[in-house]
Amino acid sequence: MSDFSNKWIINEYRKLRQAVVSGDRVLVLKTVRQLLESGVDPLRVVNQGLVSGMDAVGNMFRDNEMFMPDVLMSARAMNEGINLVRRIRRTPARRPLGKIVIGTVSGDIHDIGKNVVKIMLENGGFLVYDQGVNVEPRQFADAVKKHKAQILALSAQLTTAMLNMKTTIAAVEAAGMKDKVKVIIGGSATFQDFADEIGAHGYAPDASAAVHRCRELLESNSCGRQRGPNLKIVK
Amino acid sequence: MDYKPVKTFNELAVKSLDDFIYGIAPYPVTAKNGMVIGGGAVYPEINMTLPPITVDESTMPEVRKQYAEMIEGILKRAKALHAPGIIVELELLPPTTIEPKWGIEINKILREKMYEYEEKYGLKSLLRCTPNDTREIMRPPLMRRGDLLESIFTTFEKCAEDGADILSIETTGGKEVHDEALVTCDIRKAIFALGVLGVRDMRFIWSKIVEIAEQTGSIAGGDTACGFANTALALAEQSMIPRVFAAVDRVATVPRTLAGFEVGAVGPDKDCGYEGPYMKAIAGVPISMEGKTAACAHLSSIGNVAACVCDMWSNESVQNIKLLSAPAPVVYTEQLIYDCRLMNEAAAEGRSYALKLRDWLADSDSRLDPQAYVLRPDIVLEISKELVKEKDAFIATKKAAALAVDVLKRGMAAGEVQVLPKEKKWLDIISSQIETIPDDWQEFWHEMQKELDLSKWRPEEYDLEVTAAKTASAG
Ligand code: B12
Repeated sequence: MSDFSNKWIINEYRKLRQAVVSGDRVLVLKTVRQLLESGVDPLRVVNQGLVSGMDAVGNMFRDNEMFMPDVLMSARAMNEGINLVRRIRRTPARRPLGKIVIGTVSGDIHDIGKNVVKIMLENGGFLVYDQGVNVEPRQFADAVKKHKAQILALSAQLTTAMLNMKTTIAAVEAAGMKDKVKVIIGGSATFQDFADEIGAHGYAPDASAAVHRCRELLESNSCGRQRGPNLKIVK
Repeated sequence: MDYKPVKTFNELAVKSLDDFIYGIAPYPVTAKNGMVIGGGAVYPEINMTLPPITVDESTMPEVRKQYAEMIEGILKRAKALHAPGIIVELELLPPTTIEPKWGIEINKILREKMYEYEEKYGLKSLLRCTPNDTREIMRPPLMRRGDLLESIFTTFEKCAEDGADILSIETTGGKEVHDEALVTCDIRKAIFALGVLGVRDMRFIWSKIVEIAEQTGSIAGGDTACGFANTALALAEQSMIPRVFAAVDRVATVPRTLAGFEVGAVGPDKDCGYEGPYMKAIAGVPISMEGKTAACAHLSSIGNVAACVCDMWSNESVQNIKLLSAPAPVVYTEQLIYDCRLMNEAAAEGRSYALKLRDWLADSDSRLDPQAYVLRPDIVLEISKELVKEKDAFIATKKAAALAVDVLKRGMAAGEVQVLPKEKKWLDIISSQIETIPDDWQEFWHEMQKELDLSKWRPEEYDLEVTAAKTASAG
């Protein structure tokens, strides 16, 4: 490959990342198409352009430089870009970093925080199974089993419901999944000491930290699949 | 069945800026024990909740003990500080609403102690009973039928019979749609959720609450847009959505919260409804507000401005945990009493002093945050004056949002309110979204059916017929 085409490609990646950051779907699709037509490896288009743009979005959101609706627009642009790569190059779906079951514990119906965490986890490359709100311990345990999730994420805003996190952990253990799943908790009622006290493996105060913590948990989880910082397109 | 308003507000109840002041409402409310809300003095309203505990049969003895301890501490402090009166809010939790007998029991524990302090020491007090809107627990929720709703009504009825003076609730009708509107900053959906769904649900549920109040001789206080605009406030506080969006959304909640007064509620409305000043301006009802004293419950940028025209001053809610001086509910009782003392003292010196204090409260916040700006008394009156011209609550909701945008743009241009650079484009985005909303609600509903996920809520629970699907199948 010539220097010129190298420069061109690097520039196109930058453009693609920027288009993801600004949620510009039209520009994302146009750039992806151009890159693929010039014969660039589709995996690189995804990782160095689309996913890397979304990583930047995650950081900007963490640093309060972007609002939630902007993040959603970026996520949509990235997903459309990935879908285009799949259509043109017939590459199958991307493989998730890991599977997470999420929900708000029994007795609590606050779900906005939980939904924000879900969005950020999905954007961060996880496959998330949302159980909704007011979820009974048994339902969590069943969902973890059914989806073979590596992480269980529990949310609670009410002090009168937070102890149900403990009950949920007990239900998961009773279902024989103690060593198969890591539990992360969050929500305004919770804190690190409480997580330690009830035997959760992790706690995060906000959605960006939740993504980071889930990545760490997965790395420490012996049942975790192969993973890396970027999404993988697999055959 | 259509639940029609029994009152309409075609003109402002508050006639001038000089009449828009804390402690005085055009239509004060008198309770059984003679306490008058909105009749000249601002009263503290204390709200408290349990520390971490699962509420069930086995923990009920502890729950009873906690409430008994909290009320004793609160009243003792109120007496010691010579409070002229105090309002206690019992905000029931989901389990103590679903199982009405528990809520009723707690209500009794509080009321009896309050009677005791009134009889023994002359400390006047009122109890506000706020069941939890548990309809939301089932998803998609049943809004107009079912056991959950029945338990709410039973709780209201029995607690009122047992002496609860004021009935309130934070209803959630329309929130199924509004939550999504917030995360995506979609003002079209927010206006639909508030102006169509919210208003319909408010008319339904408040018609029933007013009936219960009439039967039991209690006061149908009022609602709050907590599940709507306070969610926006919390999201803006975490920088997840623009503050200007939260400010516009707040003003857009006005017709929804007003719907309670249109079917017979009389105030005082609920503390966390920061749209309260608009209620006072339009319906003339006394209002409860919370601000800096609610930092125990949530952060906000409207800590002072919220007090400008309040008739009761609250802390939203605090857990019964021990602080250095005393348990938190006692500490907050003290803070509220001192805040009220200052306001009442200024008013006792003469109207001009009260107005001065009001303006200080307003000006110290309103320049710094768009959410505070739209609560400035003169801005509240300006917007309210336009809103009372609209007969239709949906059009009023759309108009409220549009007026809020205009006022904020003007305020920014005049340097009266700070808006972060990254937020500026949002006022234009919101404006252009509002422009796409038709004036005919049915046409809007038809459009929205295509945009909304109808599996997340039940249109029939709002008396709405799904027409788009019919058209599609007919075609
Ligand atoms: C909006 C709101 C409501 C709405 C809920 C809307 C909804 N769909 O969720 C409505 C009106 C329905 C509501 C009802 C009630 N509420 Co409420 N509510 C709030 C409010 C104002 C904002 C919550 C919110 O959405 N925040 C925005 C989100 C984005 O933030 P977040 O939830 O904190 O989530 C972030 C982090 O915590 C974290 N996170 C969240 N979940 C998870 C999960 C994991 C795994 C991880 C890692 C991280 C994580 O990441 C998120 C994003 O950064 C809070 C006030 C507050 N200070 O938070 C009260 C608050 C939570 N509510 C409270 C109460 C008491 C109630 C009611 C009991 C009131 C009543 N009597 O009716 C009911 C209970 C309903 C029920 N059964 O659960 C109390 C809780 C007190 C307590 N500690 O027990 C609060 C704190 C207000 C207060 N101080 O009084 N509420």
